[in-house]
Amino acid sequence: MSDVIEARGLVKRFGAFTAVDGIDVRVGRGEAFGFLGPNGAGKSSTMRMIGAVSPPTAGHLRVLGRDPATDGPAIRRRLGVVPQEDMLDTELTVAENLLIHGRYFGLPVRDLRPRIARLLDFVQLADRAGDRVEPLSGGMKRRLVIARALLNDPELLLLDEPTTGLDPQARHLVWDRLYRLKQQGVTLVLTTHYMDEAEQLCDRLVVMDAGRIVAEGSPRDLVAAHATREVLELRFPPGGRNGELAALEGIADRVEELPDRVLLYTADAERAAAAVTARGLRPDGVVVRRSTLEDVFLRLTGRSLVE
Amino acid sequence: MTVTTTAYRPALLVLEARARAYARTWLIPTVTTVVAPLLFLAAMGLGLGGLVDRRGAADLAGGSYLAFLAPGLLAASAMQAGVQESAWPVRLGVHWQKTYVAALTTPLAPRDLVDGHLLWVALRLLAGAAAFAVAAVVLGAADPAGAALAVGPGVLTGLAVAAPVAAWTVTLERDHRLIALIRFGVTPLFLFSGTFFPIAQLPGPLRAVAAATPLWHGVELARAAAVARPPALPAAVHLAYLAAWIVGGWLVARHTFARRLIR
Ligand SMILES: Nc1ncnc2c1ncn2[C@@H]1O[C@H](COP(=O)(O)OP(=O)(O)OP(=O)(O)O)[C@@H](O)[C@H]1O
Ligand SMILES: [Mg+2]
Repeated sequence: MSDVIEARGLVKRFGAFTAVDGIDVRVGRGEAFGFLGPNGAGKSSTMRMIGAVSPPTAGHLRVLGRDPATDGPAIRRRLGVVPQEDMLDTELTVAENLLIHGRYFGLPVRDLRPRIARLLDFVQLADRAGDRVEPLSGGMKRRLVIARALLNDPELLLLDEPTTGLDPQARHLVWDRLYRLKQQGVTLVLTTHYMDEAEQLCDRLVVMDAGRIVAEGSPRDLVAAHATREVLELRFPPGGRNGELAALEGIADRVEELPDRVLLYTADAERAAAAVTARGLRPDGVVVRRSTLEDVFLRLTGRSLVE
Repeated sequence: MTVTTTAYRPALLVLEARARAYARTWLIPTVTTVVAPLLFLAAMGLGLGGLVDRRGAADLAGGSYLAFLAPGLLAASAMQAGVQESAWPVRLGVHWQKTYVAALTTPLAPRDLVDGHLLWVALRLLAGAAAFAVAAVVLGAADPAGAALAVGPGVLTGLAVAAPVAAWTVTLERDHRLIALIRFGVTPLFLFSGTFFPIAQLPGPLRAVAAATPLWHGVELARAAAVARPPALPAAVHLAYLAAWIVGGWLVARHTFARRLIR
């Protein structure tokens, strides 16, 4: 079967500014695909082009086998979209928001009512159905937006930072729901700033930076390709770090300096830790851990995942 | 679970959405668009009208000031409602809550939002003008047939400002120009476009400005309908002028909505 998303040389410019600079992406049916990247990398711009609400400036794009430039409404009918901003009518109730949105798809009210009840159950908002949206917490609103994206029973779900601002419990709930949707065969495309989210949900992901794709692969492949096996994290007292950095010379394959800590990339972090102590350095904190996507991200973009 | 869709027209779905939202928050908009003009009519028509009629104003062609004022005020309140009902929902939908932006993730297109929006405004104007007409009859300001006939010009007047205001509001990224329009555009228009006195009393240049506003044409039509007085120009000219603002504003709105929302 053909790919759900097929993009080649996709470009988005706003005036003279290039937000997406010629990216190639293929997403197969049933896959969970992620876009990672620092703020302004072009993730949302890409998502909006795939969502057939923003025309590409150049390049080839097919979504569900169709061209967004000519078949926008037909594509959007089969999409579920969780935009980066909630865009809810806060004066209306939870259920009213869903009813109105569902009607935009031309779905009959008698079908929508039971579907809304089911979806509110699914995102654990059933008890808030008749409440106004305004006073809901950020996480509840986000779950409502996810329910809204499912009203038309979409084949492809586009989620732009679905869990930003959610507490850990709410994030796990969302992950669980997205996992179930994937089990049902829904194709998931998401952006995120959370590497654990990407690792949990994505079969495959790309790291974007300044409008380009700088790496692509499964979370595991990316870690293997772009980071050492282990990391030694050192915390030094504020301001007292300059001398120490020079003293770390040669202990690790690579040293990454962050505002709050220093990361040493090495195959054996325990041994590196011993070497640090042997050189007479006394950091405030020492953490030994395995490399994660965050380290890949740092390496590729020079920035941490959560800014 | 399969998606069943019935035949539909996208603009009507937008209209329906607006009606559903309105059903929830109807009180304040209804008070501002219906009750406020009625207070005006009672105070100005009965109170001020008493003074005017005692002095026997020749321009009122023998009728009472109340009868002169009522159709003018009907058109003028429709104009005001046309601005308010058009501007703030667009602001809310496009810039604040962005529910219009969310609607575009469905099969809807910007032009459907424009069409549905203006259809909804037309319904609101119709309801407002009809309520005003009934009240005018109750207050003795018009006979039932005349009042009913004035509703049409009222709705057209409201739409003649609502369409261009929608087209313009969508292009604004901040509020201050809109507030300026309401404060320094709508209010003078309300006062000086033949609502309270014939524009013949204005000095020449101002008279030309008043005659160029959609409101004056609407007032002339409404008054012609309500008190069976011939309008300043042939009725067809007034109608065509209002139609030009409506159609022009509507087409420009389709363009500006698409430019603002599709990017
Ligand atoms: N409508 C627009 N007009 C002008 N510039 C835009 C527009 N939308 C996005 N941009 C610019 O394009 C660049 C990419 O933005 P985009 O929203 O795609 O980034 P992102 O990767 O989603 O970032 P974030 O993680 O902060 O959400 C940014 O520099 C942004 O300012
Ligand atoms: Mg974004």
